[in-house]
Amino acid sequence: MDSEAFRLSSLLYRLPLFVAPPPLIQISHVSKRYPGSVDALRDITLEIAAGELVALTGHSGAGKSTLLKLLPGLERPSQGSIVVSGQNVGRLKARALPYLRRNFGLVFDEVKLLYDRTAFDNVLLPLDILGFDRREAARRVRAALDKVGLLSRERANPLALSGGEQKRLSIARAIVHRPAILLADEPTGNLDAEYARGIGELFRAFHQVGVTVVLATHDRELVAQLAPRILALDHGALAA
Amino acid sequence: MQHARAVHGTLTAFARAPLDTLFNAVVIALALALPAALWQVAGHLQGASHRAGTAPQLSVFMAVDASRDDARAIEARLKQAVGVARVEFVPREQALAELRKQAGLEDALDSLGGNPLPDAFIVTLVDAAPAGLETLRDEFRKWPRVAHVALDALWARRLEAALRIARGVAAGLLGLLGLALVAATFNTIRLQILTRRDEIVVLQAVGATAGYVRRPFLYYGALLGLTGGALAWLLLAAATWAGNQGLAPLAALYGTEWRMDPLPAGPAVALLGTAVLLGWLGAWLSVRRHLQRDLSQ
Repeated sequence: MDSEAFRLSSLLYRLPLFVAPPPLIQISHVSKRYPGSVDALRDITLEIAAGELVALTGHSGAGKSTLLKLLPGLERPSQGSIVVSGQNVGRLKARALPYLRRNFGLVFDEVKLLYDRTAFDNVLLPLDILGFDRREAARRVRAALDKVGLLSRERANPLALSGGEQKRLSIARAIVHRPAILLADEPTGNLDAEYARGIGELFRAFHQVGVTVVLATHDRELVAQLAPRILALDHGALAA
Repeated sequence: MQHARAVHGTLTAFARAPLDTLFNAVVIALALALPAALWQVAGHLQGASHRAGTAPQLSVFMAVDASRDDARAIEARLKQAVGVARVEFVPREQALAELRKQAGLEDALDSLGGNPLPDAFIVTLVDAAPAGLETLRDEFRKWPRVAHVALDALWARRLEAALRIARGVAAGLLGLLGLALVAATFNTIRLQILTRRDEIVVLQAVGATAGYVRRPFLYYGALLGLTGGALAWLLLAAATWAGNQGLAPLAALYGTEWRMDPLPAGPAVALLGTAVLLGWLGAWLSVRRHLQRDLSQ
């Protein structure tokens, strides 16, 4: 399913239907255990509707990042199933995974930028993968850079950017292809209060146009600003 | 756009590590230049042996004191002999005139006073089998006023057979060294994949297909092969030039202008194409082996 289809299915939730459509994300009895480690996630069951704004909270090691990585298939669950828009992520063939992932915008905790490319080229990456033509891609990249306040640094190497700027650059890369689901792991980490508020506003704007936003965050101010549905994790399990 | 970016990325990678690229290309160039040089030299020698004439022939020399009537009688018998395709008479005067044309022999011939050469026949045979040649030689030797019968062009035929073997060896060598080239590219790409692992993880995480991830490595292998092939061509051209510098004085001593030509356009394109293909193959095998699973997982 492409991003437009995802967005349309998200908008269905805004209509006064008598029968609720199935949730966009269904997580059923999911556990994740790494070899030689304790359970990172234990029997998680939850649903996220299209267009929802969700915050995963909890202390370090609670399993927030692991849960985020399971959604686009960056990790496979040890047990249970994850269904995203009707597709069982755990059972998807390797060749189908890239097409699922194109519906996601990912903001990693460690920014995962490419340091042999300019800021512009880093943000261009998802559009290049999607095969956008050069002119439209450049327009979208500049728009995304502008949204995160980095338009003037488009030719800079990410190494020349501060930690906060690198985080904003990774957010620009996550939103440039207008994904249906935005996953962000500590999106305001390394950002000062002003930029953190700006990023919060950006997530709110995406949420308002039907994008499903799932954040993993420690940032209480961000949670207070966005007033999302909160899912608290504690030692790999959903807190009551 | 994706292909252009992949090529641009490959050229950038070359520029970022010029020494590594050069050494890799030199390995490929040597692997290609050695068999190509052997092939080229064998080809030149084969051409020379063809020019020397490899048709099965016998030279029949009359006695020095044989008369022209004796020669005509032998000519008639030769033309009627079984297995003879053509008979060419070389009068002793013509033989002397041709000998005089050879550099450095005029004084020696003048000092002899008379013509020391006999009338002769160049006999072209139907059958090229050495046994048949020897049978006819032995038969002609017994004829009256025939002084000597020589098997001509046997050396050239032997040389040609040896050169055929040399070309076979060159083809085999190309196969073996081509395998080495594939292995070298395979390993180079493996190292590239290791050093670019973080980039591959990001690409796969944001939705790059296997083809998109593999593409830059395939271009890298093909362009490395092309660079190696071009370097091999330059090495061959330099070796040909240097060889000709050494051959020119030697050929002059024999009154000829024998020289090696540079690799013609067709084989040069084949050399470059082979290099590109083998480089691409090594890269393809490497990405198949090392990018089989999703590194982002």
